[in-house]
Amino acid sequence: MTTAMTRTPRNRRNERSRLASAGLHTGLALAAVIAVFPPLWLLVTSFKPKNDAFSTSVVSHFTLANYTHVLADTEFLTWFKNSVVIVGLTTVLGVFIAATTGYAVSRFRFPGMRPLMWLLLITQMFPVAVLIVPLYNLMATLGLLNQPAGLVITYLTIAVPFCAWMMKGFFDTIPVEIDESGRVDGLNPFGTFWRLVLPLARPGLAVTGFYTFVTAWAEVAYASAFMTGEENLTLAGGLQTFVNQYTNDWGSMTAAAVIIAVPAALVFAFAQRHLVAGLTAGTTKG
Amino acid sequence: MTVAVRVRRAFGTHWYAWTMVAPVVLVIGVIIGYPLVRGVFLSLTDANEANVERNIGVNHIPATYKFTGLDNYKAVLSDGVFWDRLGWTVLWTVACVGFTFLLGLALATMLNRKLRGRTFYRLALILPWAIPAFISVFTWRMLYNEKSGILNKLLAGGGIDAVPWLNDPTWAKISVIAVNVWLGVPFMLVALLGGLTSIPAELYEAAEMDGANAWQRFRHITVPGLRAVSSTVILLSTIWTFNMFPVIFLLTRGGPGDATEILVTYAYRLSFVDSPRNFSESAAWGVLILLLLSAVAVVYRRALRKQGEVW
Repeated sequence: MTTAMTRTPRNRRNERSRLASAGLHTGLALAAVIAVFPPLWLLVTSFKPKNDAFSTSVVSHFTLANYTHVLADTEFLTWFKNSVVIVGLTTVLGVFIAATTGYAVSRFRFPGMRPLMWLLLITQMFPVAVLIVPLYNLMATLGLLNQPAGLVITYLTIAVPFCAWMMKGFFDTIPVEIDESGRVDGLNPFGTFWRLVLPLARPGLAVTGFYTFVTAWAEVAYASAFMTGEENLTLAGGLQTFVNQYTNDWGSMTAAAVIIAVPAALVFAFAQRHLVAGLTAGTTKG
Repeated sequence: MTVAVRVRRAFGTHWYAWTMVAPVVLVIGVIIGYPLVRGVFLSLTDANEANVERNIGVNHIPATYKFTGLDNYKAVLSDGVFWDRLGWTVLWTVACVGFTFLLGLALATMLNRKLRGRTFYRLALILPWAIPAFISVFTWRMLYNEKSGILNKLLAGGGIDAVPWLNDPTWAKISVIAVNVWLGVPFMLVALLGGLTSIPAELYEAAEMDGANAWQRFRHITVPGLRAVSSTVILLSTIWTFNMFPVIFLLTRGGPGDATEILVTYAYRLSFVDSPRNFSESAAWGVLILLLLSAVAVVYRRALRKQGEVW
């Protein structure tokens, strides 16, 4: 405090006593260790021989055997392909229809708008449990069980309501004058949307796409219920086959988990800043 | 003006807006509307695996379940299981949201200043969010392993007996909450950090000039400044946690026994895990869950109105 006394009041707030500083770093370091340890341990374990999966040493007989086993001897690549197809289709379709809805709700006042907003809010909190049985029966009737299309349609209903809210938030930030100039130039509302507004909303589209991607990539309940048979599983379902009541193949589980997590984490690193802005924009600004 | 004219005029004015929202309305109508109506209907019958319409080989077996009125609801509500699960679900939601929010707030406050290694801490702390949740849950299952998991090995190193993380009802509850908090803190942290940085620094400087101490500054500047963003994230997190299927399903499958089974996972279990599959009772659970959440939504809308929302 004695050194701080001589400084101007403006700088003083940024100065801390050595004790406070140590406490701050200890707290943050502890939290950081807790946050990082599980993923790190997953990574470490994936490089251990199968029988050593639970050894406490950090490096014991470094090996890539788990990875080669997962890639060569299991259906992992099939599951990966299934997930990519399903998630890719969901993302493209989801972003498109969320954008049109978000735009309509942001720009036009039309009969049925309030019920629609209400509907979008309510569907966000629909529990899986209400829909899953009738949806399962519906999919069975339509012959969509074990079909990618069945899961794509289902995922749209999870992702789109939220994304439409987020897109509305983004469109609200684009000045209405842009739309008006489009109309003056003789574009109809669809033309205005497609040629003028959508290009400006590209960051919003990226965030919405990312949100849809992550939601679908990590979905467990519907995927476990609708997809059966090893060759139809998605990654979330497939991972469950390594460790369950019958088998305990932690080695393969860890290697597969790392392969699934790395791309998702990289995409996340790029999108996370915008993601929070989008999440809160969609809900607080309404 | 006749109704027909009015409808035509409305269509002329609004047809493009309606066309733009049509895909969403269609998808929600088919995939949520139909199953919802069907779910409510099933909840009023005695449908189960043995009497629904199905195909065995080439033989088509027609449905033989019948309408039973409110019997399922009477049975569910008078049975202790529902109330037990509801009690645990509420405890689970409150504990998870409470701890997640407090930890997120504490860490956000600690990070919201000039600090050596700030970027490093921030990246490390949001890592749990970057990894798909089901991966993290499997990782935690590995850490929690009673015989050979790293947690118990570390405890053994300190001379402490092995903890039955997922095999004892009480420990299992603590363990699932811990994992969900671990998963949820990064979202809170980032959202609250965003809220903190939007509070003008001049407010703190002025308060300091007036002789406000650290606690008073927190109480009278930080807390009101964070009100909007906290109400949003708390509501979102409450709904997400209430419906949090994957954490419980993948970590404990609701076990041991049904100790960690929340409403959503229990309803799932009734129709997909138990044998014979009991579709009607599961549907009744689903409808009850929906009613509970609708109540939350109504309260939320009231709160939004109070903040001056227009729609």
